[in-house]
Amino acid sequence: MTPIDFISDFLSACLRLSVPLAFAALGGLISERSGVLNIGLEGMILTGAFAGAATAIALDQVWPAVGVALVAGAMVGLLHAYLCVSLGVNQLVSGLAINLTAAGLTTYGARLLFETGTVALPAIAPLNIPGFQQLPIVGVFFQQDPLFYLLLLLLPLTTYALFHTHWGLSLRAVGNAPRAADTAGVSVSRVRYCSVIFCGGLCGLAGAYLTLVHVGFFTENMSAGKGFIALAALIFGRWHPVATTLACLLFGTTEALQLRIQAYGLDIPYQLLAMLPYLTALAALAGLAGKATPPAALGIPYTKEKQ
Amino acid sequence: MGGDLRLTAITKRFGAIAANDNINLTVREGSIHGLLGENGAGKSTLMNILSGLYQPDSGEISLAGEQIQIESPADAIRHGIGMIHQHFMLVKQLTVVENIILGQSKQSGLNKAASRLRLNLKEQSDAIAQLGKTYGLEVPPMALVSTLPVGIQQRVEILKVLCRQARILILDEPTAVLSPTEIQSFLTVLKQLAARNHTIIFISHKLDEIMDVCSEVTILRRGQVVASVPTNRTNRAELAQLMVDRAVEINTQSSPQPVGDVVLDIRDLWVNAEHRQVAALRGLSLQIRAGEIFGIAGVDGNGQRELADAIAHLLPIQKGTIEIISPASTKTKPKSVAYIPEDRQKQGLILSFSIARNLVLKAFSKLPFCRRWILDNKKITAHAKQAIDAFDIRASSPLLKAGQLSGGNQQKIILARELAGEPALIIAMQPTRGLDIGATAAVQQSLRSQRAKGAAILYISTELEDVMAMSDRLGVIYRGQLVDVLDPNAATLERIGLLMAGQSSSSSPQNYPSETLQESANEPAGKPA
Repeated sequence: MTPIDFISDFLSACLRLSVPLAFAALGGLISERSGVLNIGLEGMILTGAFAGAATAIALDQVWPAVGVALVAGAMVGLLHAYLCVSLGVNQLVSGLAINLTAAGLTTYGARLLFETGTVALPAIAPLNIPGFQQLPIVGVFFQQDPLFYLLLLLLPLTTYALFHTHWGLSLRAVGNAPRAADTAGVSVSRVRYCSVIFCGGLCGLAGAYLTLVHVGFFTENMSAGKGFIALAALIFGRWHPVATTLACLLFGTTEALQLRIQAYGLDIPYQLLAMLPYLTALAALAGLAGKATPPAALGIPYTKEKQ
Repeated sequence: MGGDLRLTAITKRFGAIAANDNINLTVREGSIHGLLGENGAGKSTLMNILSGLYQPDSGEISLAGEQIQIESPADAIRHGIGMIHQHFMLVKQLTVVENIILGQSKQSGLNKAASRLRLNLKEQSDAIAQLGKTYGLEVPPMALVSTLPVGIQQRVEILKVLCRQARILILDEPTAVLSPTEIQSFLTVLKQLAARNHTIIFISHKLDEIMDVCSEVTILRRGQVVASVPTNRTNRAELAQLMVDRAVEINTQSSPQPVGDVVLDIRDLWVNAEHRQVAALRGLSLQIRAGEIFGIAGVDGNGQRELADAIAHLLPIQKGTIEIISPASTKTKPKSVAYIPEDRQKQGLILSFSIARNLVLKAFSKLPFCRRWILDNKKITAHAKQAIDAFDIRASSPLLKAGQLSGGNQQKIILARELAGEPALIIAMQPTRGLDIGATAAVQQSLRSQRAKGAAILYISTELEDVMAMSDRLGVIYRGQLVDVLDPNAATLERIGLLMAGQSSSSSPQNYPSETLQESANEPAGKPA
């Protein structure tokens, strides 16, 4: 293997490991910017992954599976929004409940559907961009699957929408001072519902990416903490889309690195290596302590009439 | 849009209490209509109904003879009703222009041609600067709201409703957070707005301001309208009586007391402003004796907050000493300092705790409220009942949350807690800010009775008449120093006003308002209550 091949290979692994994180983190960012704490990212990813896998097997087609994953994630988002916005339930508890329920239900579903253990799924084919894909190293960026390109598109779109449109302004206002936004004529509950559902949808895509692009099959609890890493990434990225995506890349790279080190068979217990991405997340957050300010109304349910 | 606004038989209940009880009110187009009442009289509730935050239980609202429904703030805006809340409805993390255009994508905003999606911040900020100039409400459009002083934040609030084409402006106690000079320019702006045929509903309990700007005034008491009179056919005393339903003596002069030993001795005190390396107090010295009220007058932001916080050990001292000498202090009965903080909702109380719990915040870990690490709720409640009687706190139960009470009653809880156990030193920071006449009198009375018992009291207020009425000696603070100490009975308002503006001699009395205004505009943002 030439060094160039090695680098390309490594880079490609970094991207593959970062993409699901980035989808979930962008979703979480929108949800949290609107003031709804979302630790349910994990459960939403898992739901998307399972729904995608099940549909892919049933229809033997990938794109409907991606669509179903998106909708399934969005439905979980709707549930979270209903609990947090309409009922004013504690948002931590709601997120936790979603994670536990999703883990239980998908495990049950997986045992029903995939009796034989893991079943290989149809995979989304990479979309090679002619002319660029042969380039050394950077060519890796041009031989990815359509979901990767979608993420690339989503990133500037979200950034623009967040800071340069009325929609984004309402979102930021609702997340910081819901009562002020309400008196200005912005419907707090509508903004929050939309944001959390959107977040669920993106997490669904993250799940679909896991099963249909990255791994190729569904296993129990395959999200393996990705939702929480995404949460760490969005805090580390200070609730800014670009910084958050870069943070995802950092965590994805750490994961790729530890897999490489494992593959080399060095005399390090693999459990220690497997900890690496989580340790990085921990270190990143500790370094940021006191510097990142979350949206002011994050986690606080909004009620209209309060004396 | 426009025309007279008429409320008919509006009723709104919160639980068993009727906050508004069968209210009728007519506001003529282009007039400034005063709405006067004690805290808890139902003014804010009524205005929250008009602005769509609350729904009335019954009653009708009509505008220019046509009945209207206001089901949300967006509805109110559609009908040209704009509200400027007592606690500003601004998103501090956003810029001025973002705050103003927030929620305007569907309304006809400043620029109707502007795309519904894009913000066009540059264009909008130019338009806002222009509009500000027209109304004498200059603001820096691209500045973050959190960096602006309170007076400027209020301008942003007013511009916000003007940008929404509001014809009817409701201002809920707008002057409560302003310094005296800011108030003057603010009242001028109000008159200008009325001259441009805007209708203004001005909620206040400051009689002078009502008499100054309003053409008609409606008085609320316990949720009901007690009178509606043109201001040129009434006077302050009559309004005060209508408001509280009992004869009130305004500006009770304090009786001089024989004074005792020095209790508070501050020498050459230097203190930095919170979180900044800028000296807010620059070599301030003062002594207060037992049985004496020492008043501090000054424009907001000249070091008053830092002085109070330094004495209460909330801010570190850079240089100098603060000594508290209590003759009665022994090992068993330590010297005690009572602190009545400026922001009663954030610093003085835990709003989500009951009245009873708030009352024992300082003493809950000791007997009789706590025995062997277990709180004795019976004792705590009994103590609360006593305090509620002694301080005339209007609450149906000691288990009510502090956040459910009006400002005056909240302040009484703080007083009851802080004044328990006869403190040697009392620091009172703006203790009557935002309170109505009845509550103000109660607060002043409590403090005077502590003085009679031999307490030394530091009384800090930005309201000149208030601090003059209370003080035995009056210090004027300017840029972190006491520029003079006067006898309040001998000093004139003009002289103190000049000292507050930093002029030691009375050269040109006409100059000081504009200069102090600039001064306060340069100061860091005060916390709006």
